[in-house]
Amino acid sequence: MLAISRQRILGQSFQKIRPAVPGLRSYSSAAKQITVREALNSALDEEMSADPKVFLMGEEVGEYQGAYKITKGLLEKYGPERVLDTPITEAGFTGIGVGAAYYGLKPVVEFMTFNFSMQAIDHIINSAAKSNYMSAGQISVPIVFRGPNGAAAGVGAQHSQCYAAWYASCPGLKVLSPYNSEDARGLLKAAIRDPDPVVFLENELLYGESYPVSDEVLDSSFCLPIGKAKIEREGKDVTITAFSKMVGYALKAAEILEKDGIYAEVINLRSIRPLDRSTINASVRKTNRLITVEEGFPQHGVGAEICASVVEESFAYLDAPVERIAGADVPMPYAANLERMAVPQVEDIVRAAKRACYRSVPLAATA
Amino acid sequence: MAFSAATANFNPLNTPSLRSHDNHLVTSVSPSPFFGSTAKLRLSSSPKFNVHRRSGSVVAVSEAVKEKKPKSTPNLLITKEEGLELYEDMVLGRAFEDMCAQMYYRGKMFGFVHLYNGQEAVSTGFIKLLKQQDSVVSTYRDHVHALSKGVPARAVMSELFGKTTGCCRGQGGSMHMFSREHNLLGGFAFIGEGIPVATGAAFTSKYKREVLKEVDCDHVTLAFFGDGTCNNGQFYECLNMAALWKLPIVFVVENNLWAIGMSHLRSTSDPQIYKKGPAFGMPGVHVDGMDVLKVREVAKEAISRARRGEGPTLVECETYRFRGHSLADPDELRDPAEKSRYTARDPITALKKYIIESNLASEAELKAIDKKIDEVVEDAVEFADESPVPPRSQLLENVFADPKGFGIGPDGRYRCEDPKFTQGTAHV
Repeated sequence: MLAISRQRILGQSFQKIRPAVPGLRSYSSAAKQITVREALNSALDEEMSADPKVFLMGEEVGEYQGAYKITKGLLEKYGPERVLDTPITEAGFTGIGVGAAYYGLKPVVEFMTFNFSMQAIDHIINSAAKSNYMSAGQISVPIVFRGPNGAAAGVGAQHSQCYAAWYASCPGLKVLSPYNSEDARGLLKAAIRDPDPVVFLENELLYGESYPVSDEVLDSSFCLPIGKAKIEREGKDVTITAFSKMVGYALKAAEILEKDGIYAEVINLRSIRPLDRSTINASVRKTNRLITVEEGFPQHGVGAEICASVVEESFAYLDAPVERIAGADVPMPYAANLERMAVPQVEDIVRAAKRACYRSVPLAATA
Repeated sequence: MAFSAATANFNPLNTPSLRSHDNHLVTSVSPSPFFGSTAKLRLSSSPKFNVHRRSGSVVAVSEAVKEKKPKSTPNLLITKEEGLELYEDMVLGRAFEDMCAQMYYRGKMFGFVHLYNGQEAVSTGFIKLLKQQDSVVSTYRDHVHALSKGVPARAVMSELFGKTTGCCRGQGGSMHMFSREHNLLGGFAFIGEGIPVATGAAFTSKYKREVLKEVDCDHVTLAFFGDGTCNNGQFYECLNMAALWKLPIVFVVENNLWAIGMSHLRSTSDPQIYKKGPAFGMPGVHVDGMDVLKVREVAKEAISRARRGEGPTLVECETYRFRGHSLADPDELRDPAEKSRYTARDPITALKKYIIESNLASEAELKAIDKKIDEVVEDAVEFADESPVPPRSQLLENVFADPKGFGIGPDGRYRCEDPKFTQGTAHV
């Protein structure tokens, strides 16, 4: 509930900040704050004006200004031929995007949430991801599939699944998941410029959050490399890997742990596929302990892959068993207190870190 | 012969006339005994069904032919060159597919192979009217679409053998033929999967003309699919969007009455697929798919409609596959009488008869073409046999257009920059 009220307040301040952005960009002032929503909007705007082949497609992206207002203002600026409101036909319009990408156009297909991408997953996997391989390099698919992923607030089981693990297991796809505004801008611009299909997993609850950005981030040619994780906070005692919203939780947990003398290194994965195994392994070799955090279902999740990778490559360096923190192994419940229990919280991360450091803290009550 | 012409039973755009004309068609396809064996249904009602369907559409075309015949030149439908081109293309398709069957049973070809015997008129009739930049999207029954579009027989045969000289370097296979040069966009194993992709290619053509201002871009896309696909959701989604955005696409239904072992009549509430076009605001046309000249006439109009920017067309071709669904299909459910009825309407024999009777070419010339095609197919097999299999290093290639997608190696550099990257095991 706190998250929603925060969103509303920031939503209002978002409206105040927006018109001033172009002006402020030319001044090299102290770090600006922009919301993730604004970061995504500006990234789309800049990429569309730089390349006429980029176009948007999705439900409510045009006249409704975007279901979560990410594409606000783009219809007026670029016209209905480049910002397409589609009928409710995920399979159809995703396939149309893929067919257009075969010919070198650069569609950015929005799914209202990634749960709806399940209706189009045949096209994402079979006609987008596998095409470059099946055609032996003749046909590449420069398409971006973006939208909110994972749990929101009280939206129930069918609107809350995290798809990072599913898409990241498929060769031929690149899967990105930004955390803050800098990630959102840089990774979306890199995704649009990339010649391969990219699944871009945003988070609805982060849209309204603002983060400081430097002038370099606001520059129109700013891009982040795909496949490189970022060490958000350096530490020496335990490595915590996370992506999307869980990075924020991991950072809060790190602050709490610091008071107890445990210095956690927080890695923001940014790129789920390709996974930056070298950064993760280098960090584990330094700290000797690993906690992976994710919001999705635990079995066959992102954490499972990271654990396997670390066990394969840095087994001798581990001083404690690797711990995975994931969402509960149940479809997302609706009741607010149950939902809170079904998603990892900061306390869970703190407890797991202390366990990894052999502080005597009992295991959390499991369902 | 525009589709808005007076022959109402040829183009049901005008819905009232459609209803009045098709009542007598509908009565012959009684929906009652659909559970269990359709043998009774086939034997009792199919002759009537066929006759009615034939009279519903063929009358219009045969009338057109009869009208044209008494004019000055006797062969107004095709010239000699066109006739020989059509004949050669169909014979190539047939000979190639027959050779595929032989090679499969000898173990040189493997996996899923779906042959096109009997349906050549549709492929030749439509694809021979296209330019190189027009695109074709097909299903798993795509060998002959590839050949008609211009992919060399050698490349297709090597691909089927899984050799590195194939059109997709052996990485695609029978069901995934792609050619950038000839704008053949696949080759999709899931039915219905190619339809949105074709709609996207048509969308690109329109986008290039209107947004990127390439004013002479009038590329047309053809989407080929079967009767079973017409019950799939994606088909309807794309009919809607193609008509909504007036995309330059022709939806070609190769209705061979069978989806593996599922009869079209058993699985479809209204088996007349062409009627589904007007429901979405585009003309729906039914044509005899065993006659290449009729298919060609319909195709000409549909393709030029799309090129003029008037939007999509749904063309249902009544055709038949002489072999089973795939080479692994025992084909036990189809009635032999039905098969022989259609074998008597073999499109190649029909075209040969037409060419000889209209004095377009002599039997000797046609035999020469037969011989030439036999040599082409033999050469393709030899070439494929002698070609090498893909090397081990090819396993990891072509996954990404930008190979940095393989991520960062333990030394901190991109994995693809390591010169030994594609060698060794598949562990990345």
